[in-house]
Amino acid sequence: MLDLRLYMIQRITAMLMAPFVLVHLGVMILAIQGGLTAAEILSRTQGSILWALFYGGFVLAAGVHGAIGLRVVLYEWAGVSGRALPWISWGIGSALIIMGLRAVWAVTWGAA
Amino acid sequence: MSDAIGEMQVTVQRGGPDGTRQETFAVPQYESQTILDVVTWIQHNVDPTLTYRFACRVGMCGSCAMMVNGVPRWTCRTHVQKVVQGDSLRIAPLRNLPVIKDLAADLDPFFDKWTNAEARHHPTRTKTEEIAPVAMDSPDRLAASAGIECINCAVCYSACDTVAGNPDYFGPAALQRAWTLLNDAKDGAKDQILDAVSGTGGCHNCHSIGSCTAYCPNELDPLSAIAGLKRETAKRWWRR
Repeated sequence: MLDLRLYMIQRITAMLMAPFVLVHLGVMILAIQGGLTAAEILSRTQGSILWALFYGGFVLAAGVHGAIGLRVVLYEWAGVSGRALPWISWGIGSALIIMGLRAVWAVTWGAA
Repeated sequence: MSDAIGEMQVTVQRGGPDGTRQETFAVPQYESQTILDVVTWIQHNVDPTLTYRFACRVGMCGSCAMMVNGVPRWTCRTHVQKVVQGDSLRIAPLRNLPVIKDLAADLDPFFDKWTNAEARHHPTRTKTEEIAPVAMDSPDRLAASAGIECINCAVCYSACDTVAGNPDYFGPAALQRAWTLLNDAKDGAKDQILDAVSGTGGCHNCHSIGSCTAYCPNELDPLSAIAGLKRETAKRWWRR
């Protein structure tokens, strides 16, 4: 079910996400000191390449990592196998990545 | 034989691929008595058609493992007094394997997976050559020695929840054997072993639940052996 390739991809995406999650939580805690409005958030994120790269990378890692993890759950707990398994897993991964990148794009380059 | 100290109600799973049922037998309890003794008593005194498997009766051959009160155990070395619940016992064939009849599980899938995991010796010399010396205190040899007392009883395979959910998974015993061979200076096919345990049924399916190590009657540690395989396959993946 899980071969070495999927195992390594899942471990590497997990290692990438560790700093992503820490920075994400740290910045959130810092940013809400003294209140926060949507306008304030957008003023920091709009046009910021660094922000887009950080969350773009986060979205890619989370999408791939989540899809591989759910693939195992679908196989071992829901009995999904055969050709359905890769199709559904790719579907989940693609949906997570598309939705995530769309959100990143919106707060970086979308209309305020 | 000493006098009975009481009577137990022993529920035994009967039947095979066409359907199973539970049958309860009243069995005399003795001071010193194993689960295998109980099963044998039923066959000798109540129902000669009761089917089960055993050979050595001293914990060496690995053929008598069964589920006792829902837990996989080697029945020849399991004392009734340690596992009896009140006056009742439940005995069933090993989990995660097809049943042939009554308490005899079909071990073919278990041993097929040993072959699939490349868990067989690959010699480096012929019998006419001298035996290669092995330093008994080298780290590789110590890692191999830690796992070689496996008696192939399939208790770990039966205990493994990953095997239960993933029928392709090789299971702890086969992977531990692959690990001992990988650490064996006299084995000549390390890459072949690492390839075999990197496939769809390989070591990377293990969720590290640890039932194998918890239930192994010989107190071996397949969990750590599988972790070792994950480590070695990952190292090789980076090198490639």
